[in-house]
Amino acid sequence: MNERSYSRSLKISRFWINFICVLLCILSIIPFWIMFVNATRDSASIQQSISLLPSKYFFQNAKTLLDRSSFNLPRGLWNSFCIAASSTAFAIYFSCLAAFGLIMYDFKLKKAAFTFILAVLMIPAQVSVVGFIAFLMQINLMDSYVPLIIPSIASPAVVFFMHQYMKVALPIDLVQAARIEGCGEFRIFNSIAIPIMVPAMATQAIFSFVFSWNNLFMPTMIINSQEKFTVPMMVQILKSDRYRTDFGTVYLGITLTILPMLIVYAFLSKYIIQGIALGGVKY
Amino acid sequence: MIETNAENIKREVKRKKNKINYSKYGYYFILPFFITYAIFQLYPLLYTIFLSFNKYIKPAGGAAIGPKFVGLGNFVDIFTNNRAFGEFTLGAFENTVFIWIINFIPQILISLLLAAWFTDKRLNIRAQGTYKMLIYLPNIMTAASVSLLFYTLFSFPQGPINILLQKVGLLDKPFDFLNDGMSTRLIVAFINFWMWYGNTTIILVAGILGIDPELFEVAEIDGATSGQIFRKITLPLIQPILLYVLVTSLIGGMQMYDVPKLMTRAGSPATNAIRTVTMYIQELVGTGSKDYGHAAAISVLLFIVTAALSLTLFWLMREKDTEGQKK
Repeated sequence: MNERSYSRSLKISRFWINFICVLLCILSIIPFWIMFVNATRDSASIQQSISLLPSKYFFQNAKTLLDRSSFNLPRGLWNSFCIAASSTAFAIYFSCLAAFGLIMYDFKLKKAAFTFILAVLMIPAQVSVVGFIAFLMQINLMDSYVPLIIPSIASPAVVFFMHQYMKVALPIDLVQAARIEGCGEFRIFNSIAIPIMVPAMATQAIFSFVFSWNNLFMPTMIINSQEKFTVPMMVQILKSDRYRTDFGTVYLGITLTILPMLIVYAFLSKYIIQGIALGGVKY
Repeated sequence: MIETNAENIKREVKRKKNKINYSKYGYYFILPFFITYAIFQLYPLLYTIFLSFNKYIKPAGGAAIGPKFVGLGNFVDIFTNNRAFGEFTLGAFENTVFIWIINFIPQILISLLLAAWFTDKRLNIRAQGTYKMLIYLPNIMTAASVSLLFYTLFSFPQGPINILLQKVGLLDKPFDFLNDGMSTRLIVAFINFWMWYGNTTIILVAGILGIDPELFEVAEIDGATSGQIFRKITLPLIQPILLYVLVTSLIGGMQMYDVPKLMTRAGSPATNAIRTVTMYIQELVGTGSKDYGHAAAISVLLFIVTAALSLTLFWLMREKDTEGQKK
């Protein structure tokens, strides 16, 4: 094939590939777009036609939504934030702690400990939820945020990630030098290891936060009181009979529950995508 | 500095002493993890396994029945399939796997295609950063919200999808998507596909970029087409990553909860077709009369399946590792 026809067939391929990719991008966006638009329309128009342009009923829908006391979105946002932020902080800090222990020290059970963490890495929380709930009932910890936050101290996947990162990033000489200066081990961890781990912690923090925020299953199993509901749980309220005829209101409600993660993504998409790529390549 | 032998020996001994001294810190540092794990994950897991061999029911307003040891009774109930519980359990597994398959096959095919395009240096798709950003977006969104969105989009009689399909001529009259088992399954599968194929694409791209570019250059010089390069070089070399994607997707698929839960319409005959394993566990233990024994038995089955998949993955990957090292 000569140069010119090769480059032309390349251009044609490139065109069609870009075309298909644009279609896929539209596919990823259009449900959200319709959602935004319908959140600004009234129920009657929603049932008659599709529109790609917003209308004027935003405030009316907002009023209907926030008037019904069972949908206390600000409360839900705060609840979700508290749970997500706390469990993220615990997961990150204690995973670094564990990784540090596994890297810096040689002890008899070291290999066993690491193998254990690898082994339980992929066990989903669902398989132990029945025993977990029964256990919580016995110690009277149902309907509380404690069982949603404290278990994050033991996050095998995060430990694994921190371990891989720390192995490469932490200069052991630095630690030795600090020891010679008389620094305690825990202080070495906090003042030397932690600052070095900041990029890894940031990446993991995003994923951990998003995962915790989006989690529907665990909170559903544990929380009963409506004022403690998390945002995903509140989405289910929107599905109830109350809103059956208020379509615009439902779309607005969905929009508001999606907004937090949309904002997170708007600012952090670059890091998130980098993090995904990082996570997958190890294998 | 000139040192005597004695000083050397003293330093060696001191160094060895230091090493032994520090190892106890290893235990201290990993202690919070293991204590928390033991209390909140290991114990519940063991307790779940224990409960699976027991009959333990807590009726809505009454006193608990059990735990009473029934051996393999709960498991027998599952596999004999003639009591409602068994039917629902096996049905739940079937639903879960079926929905996962119709989600995963298109997902892996399209992701591979996109990954091939994005990593093709000759094609040089410059907008790929933007594309990746947009196709990954659905993954971050709260699945519950996304599901409710689709639930509403497919509403009957005049939801947006019904309106669109009628306008375009594919439907003469509105179709109640959420009342039909197969159509609801397809919607659930589509949502999962839509949410995850961006993630898979990014992982595959990262994997392909990890291949030594020299291999590609040599092949190009030899006159190989993009298709040949992809089939003969890229695909074999990203096998570990494909495996990783397959197993993590399957394990994730087994846990499917948010999407089918929100797509369930009360009273719809489609409910039995999309009830996933996790949904059923929640039904048994979350509301009304709580049946811990049976729920635990299902959990144990789920555990066995997940563990088997994980072990298979680890075993297969370890082989690849040693092969790589031999070279």
